[in-house]
Amino acid sequence: MSHRRFHDPAHHAPFAFSKETEEQITWWEKKYPAERRASAVIPALWITQKQNGGWLSEPALRAVADRLGMNYIRVYEVATFYTMFNLEPVGKYHFQVCGTTPCMLRGAERLKDFCERKIGPKGHVSGSGNFSWIEVECLGACVNAPMIQINDYYFEDLTIETLEKIIDDFAAGKEPAPGTYVKRQTSAPEGQATSLTDEALFDGSRAKPLAAIPNAPKPPEPAQT
Amino acid sequence: MLLDKDRIFTNLYGRHDWRLEAAKQRGAWNSTKELMQFGPEWICDQIKASGLRGRGGAGFPTGLKWTFMPKVVKDRPHYLVVNADESEPGTCKDRDIMRHDPHLLIEGCLIASFAMRAKACYIYLRGEYIREREVLEEAIKEAYAAGLVGKNACGSGWDFDIYAHHGAGAYICGEETALLESLEGKKGQPRLKPPFPANAGLYGCPTTVNNVESIAVAPTILRRGAGWFAGFGRPNNTGTKVFCISGHVERPCNVEEEMSIPLRTLIEEHCGGVRGGWGNLKAIIPGGSSVPMIPKDICDTVLMDFDALRDVKSGLGTAAVIVMDKSTDLVRAIARIAYFYKHESCGQCTPCREGTGWMWRVLERMVKGEAETSEIDTLLDVASQVEGHTICALGDAAAWPIQGLIRHFRQEIEDRITNYRQGRPHVQGVTLTAAE
Repeated sequence: MSHRRFHDPAHHAPFAFSKETEEQITWWEKKYPAERRASAVIPALWITQKQNGGWLSEPALRAVADRLGMNYIRVYEVATFYTMFNLEPVGKYHFQVCGTTPCMLRGAERLKDFCERKIGPKGHVSGSGNFSWIEVECLGACVNAPMIQINDYYFEDLTIETLEKIIDDFAAGKEPAPGTYVKRQTSAPEGQATSLTDEALFDGSRAKPLAAIPNAPKPPEPAQT
Repeated sequence: MLLDKDRIFTNLYGRHDWRLEAAKQRGAWNSTKELMQFGPEWICDQIKASGLRGRGGAGFPTGLKWTFMPKVVKDRPHYLVVNADESEPGTCKDRDIMRHDPHLLIEGCLIASFAMRAKACYIYLRGEYIREREVLEEAIKEAYAAGLVGKNACGSGWDFDIYAHHGAGAYICGEETALLESLEGKKGQPRLKPPFPANAGLYGCPTTVNNVESIAVAPTILRRGAGWFAGFGRPNNTGTKVFCISGHVERPCNVEEEMSIPLRTLIEEHCGGVRGGWGNLKAIIPGGSSVPMIPKDICDTVLMDFDALRDVKSGLGTAAVIVMDKSTDLVRAIARIAYFYKHESCGQCTPCREGTGWMWRVLERMVKGEAETSEIDTLLDVASQVEGHTICALGDAAAWPIQGLIRHFRQEIEDRITNYRQGRPHVQGVTLTAAE
């Protein structure tokens, strides 16, 4: 289990939903049956966290509970259970370094060491307020290991050199592009393609109506007269 | 080896546009209404005949699962819930389906829901897949605008609503009942079964939970015929499958291949081989972090399917192949997996909550060699006490990698323990103090 508690003095700052947050929560609520509004709690917390600068204060949690008609304890319980909810302030650019075995095998530990040197200790916000980093469990981009999620998006196939460039770019106010940092198309093997090269797949021949549905049930025999 | 013409996910790498028009050109949404005209039973029969087994790890026959739903909708609505909480270490295939071929998934949701008489479907994505969710939401919007889903979906007369939902970083929500709890707005702690979701699932209503890949292949199976799909792989292990190959290979990648492809062929054809050559291979975890590893001599010949891997005391799982070459510290690799399970245990069952942490701490000592040889057996014993004594399979998943390590590489741990002692004074029960 991961133990997560609130303990930051910043928790006392008051919180109110912005108009956009309010609209987005309403949009989510409509996805569920009317009497099941609590289903929207995770998306609502996520949107609220965005508005609150990347973390959830206790007043923000209470606002979500009030908004969805839930008991406070039910929302606290959700916020402390799911690790994407930050219960303390994070940097403007929050780095989640994947450290699980597939990334570890391809150099995640070097990335962690580098973050420690460049940004500071794990879980602390850098002096500028720009950066923070933590180690997280498998982010599901294992064929592009090692990788880091920076705010919303994945930065993949990283080395210390490319990571340094990314951090410097963020520090300089630029927006480095997410995705892979080696020469490959997403999850395809680097270099020569080994599959999906047949142009006939993409020439529209597959859009032609089917001549017959395979294994269609036989129409009943017309009655013999 | 699978030919391109037989690949289902023709845009796996996103070389082409994922949007509706381009997806249609590649064959998505082709004759969907006609596929639905013979009714739910026909669809279930076709999926059964194709031999499709669930692609989320357990390998339960998909068509059979669909028939567990009540045949008539009574007072409670039916739901299809798609498990897109892809979090098993090593696995990243559903991600590619959602961001590059989302329309195959949406079409699959319509067909599967119709086959189970569900008028609504939720796709539960892991929270971190934000880009994937953006694409999927956009694709759903396109499908609504084109009349493919919504009222009278595809002109079939069936009303169908589809929604994307997301979690917030809990591996356990990949377990189907934990996923349902989470979708209801609670902590993701697995439910006791029975009742099974087909009787009482989401909001207490009949529900089926399927993996993304299982659902996304369904329309193509119907279009090309159950026999076509069943023609790949071996009996009981049929079809095509997206494999994710990570770790110490020259070129890690995802690739759709035929089931039962030899492991070595898969790695050498698509990944440029093991780093440093096949001879440099030490061990492979063939189906995501939960399954026991297999050493090189088994990897030489094993086929990648459910039965072949079960026969060597491992499993196909999600078909996420994690390759480890001779430079790998296997004890460390497994200790890190043990930490993962410790971190992700939901805390509900004591054997798992306490056992995962205990096993991790012992393994961390074994990484350094700071242990007793007899502790290896104690570790095995604890692993088997956790296995099978929890509500869900997370306890099993935490035990299996450790059992695999000890089964094949016990010597490595013993050597580590022996070497640690060498050159160190060893006095039990006495605190060493510097001589005056």
